[in-house]
Amino acid sequence: MSSSTIVIKAPSKRRNNPIYAHASEVFLVTPGDVITEDADYMRGHGTYTNAGDEDNKLYASVAGVVERINKLVCVKALKTRYNGEVGDVVVGRIKEVQQKRWKVETNSRLDSTLQISSVNLPGGELRRRSAADELTMREYLKEGDLISAEVQQVHNDGMLSLHTRSLRYGKLGQGCCVVVSPSLIKRRKNHIHNLPCGATTILANNGYIWISITSGDACNEGDGGFNVNKEPVPLEEREVVCRLKNCIQCLAKSSVMLYDTSVLYAYESSLQYQVKEIMSEKVSLEIVNQTISLLEREKTGDG
Amino acid sequence: MSLFGNNLSDAEKCFIIHGIQDDFRTDGRSCDNYRTIELAVNVLTNTHGSSKVRLGNTELLVGVKVELGKPEKATPDEGRIEFHVDCSPNATPAAQRKAANKDFVNNIESMLVRTYANKIAIDLTSLCIIKGKMCWIVHVDVLILECGGNILDCTSLGVKSALQDTGIPRVVVKSGDEGEEEVELPDDPFDVQHISVNNVPILVTVSFVGTRHIIDATVEEESCCSASVVMGVTRRGRILGVRKQCGGSLNPETLVEMLEFGKKSGRQLHVALDKMLKSYEKGTTGYL
Repeated sequence: MSSSTIVIKAPSKRRNNPIYAHASEVFLVTPGDVITEDADYMRGHGTYTNAGDEDNKLYASVAGVVERINKLVCVKALKTRYNGEVGDVVVGRIKEVQQKRWKVETNSRLDSTLQISSVNLPGGELRRRSAADELTMREYLKEGDLISAEVQQVHNDGMLSLHTRSLRYGKLGQGCCVVVSPSLIKRRKNHIHNLPCGATTILANNGYIWISITSGDACNEGDGGFNVNKEPVPLEEREVVCRLKNCIQCLAKSSVMLYDTSVLYAYESSLQYQVKEIMSEKVSLEIVNQTISLLEREKTGDG
Repeated sequence: MSLFGNNLSDAEKCFIIHGIQDDFRTDGRSCDNYRTIELAVNVLTNTHGSSKVRLGNTELLVGVKVELGKPEKATPDEGRIEFHVDCSPNATPAAQRKAANKDFVNNIESMLVRTYANKIAIDLTSLCIIKGKMCWIVHVDVLILECGGNILDCTSLGVKSALQDTGIPRVVVKSGDEGEEEVELPDDPFDVQHISVNNVPILVTVSFVGTRHIIDATVEEESCCSASVVMGVTRRGRILGVRKQCGGSLNPETLVEMLEFGKKSGRQLHVALDKMLKSYEKGTTGYL
């Protein structure tokens, strides 16, 4: 079998960006751009005013898209670190085991903390945390482990405290993690989706996306989810996970907002191709364009 | 070769290793597939030859500069080729640490030196101008812009294409006064001769993960790999220089299999690269 054809090509001159029908509605600014000279507007995130100015100009402090909510003007940065908010779903990687807490890397400016008192340890919710638990912290979560969690508190300096006191959250098992810009994740009511194709995705607010197969016994977690299944994943299910991974990477490369519908549309449009073909430029653009047209059709259909 | 130790959880590693066993890697490739390679030559105007390569997320820039110098005493009728590798601190977070960066760079440099340090790879006598007195010294500078796995293969592709692009001025040796020889540079900057790269090796890294071997490992796969073998392969399939990396052990039979596998992939790489460079010369416009 010699199916391996090596492709060497000249670099593409420009990235072919997908065409949006509503592109004119987007207002892009770079740092220092005047957003408005109207004094009525309120200064939101990513904007500033010059104190000495009489004309109350509002400037952008980051490069991104202007968003207006009534009188509040914000600029949402295109590429940024994650700024946490209470209640956000995040996926993070354990970086350090400390006394009574773990340090978690969550793509924010400072490492987040996960207190031992804010995780569900094996043996029920109301169990007392003893000194022995503190000594065996590494058995529950060790360096490199991935977890899903919720933001419990945002400190003054922007550092996050996380908690996993729900069966939805906890240690993550077999699957793939894709890292995208946090601004590409669309805020929704629910960020953990069991997709109909047989995979579960966590589109975490911090830009870490977790893709795994949907396990049947999700509720049956007497051990607090700390023991992960290490059985080989069957090939068909693995293909679904990898296909989703490639699709999400395609969408992210073309800066398409990520949420359950866009991911699912991309997955469906990719079905006619092999998984390894998705990453090629031509197929990737094809899938992205098809996804966008499906999304826009839905939008007009609703309105 | 997990040079900067990417930290994955056990379950993630498990997923990757089982995938490789099933011949279905996390990006859908099979064990013998390379990622798409993007390559451009003649990208820097201040060099004699240059190239830029992108392989997945790995990106690097190669510049070749030639200068006149004196041959080594031991080899009076040969020129020299010298490698210098640089890794941008932006290439990967760990490259910001100076010590790790240095180790990483030395590793690549020594592998390049090893595969080029023989008479087959490049005809050094063609770089000699006056025996014992003057020769061309070829400086190959590699700048690593981003690390996304499989840096060695990518480097050698860049070096080969940059060397092929290199034009050495066609100098004329004249006998001057008092028996001294004089070297005259041509007036026309395009009056150049190219270095013969027919036998230049390409490095192929074969990584052993779980129970199978793969080529073109990504960073994640590199952190799962127990042992890897790097070899320089010429167009004819000759192996120049082999190195084993990572701590794990290999069976003698596996090693032979891996060498054969690497040889096959190396030859295919050469064919693909030559095809691409030929079409490039035919009039594909330059990069930038």
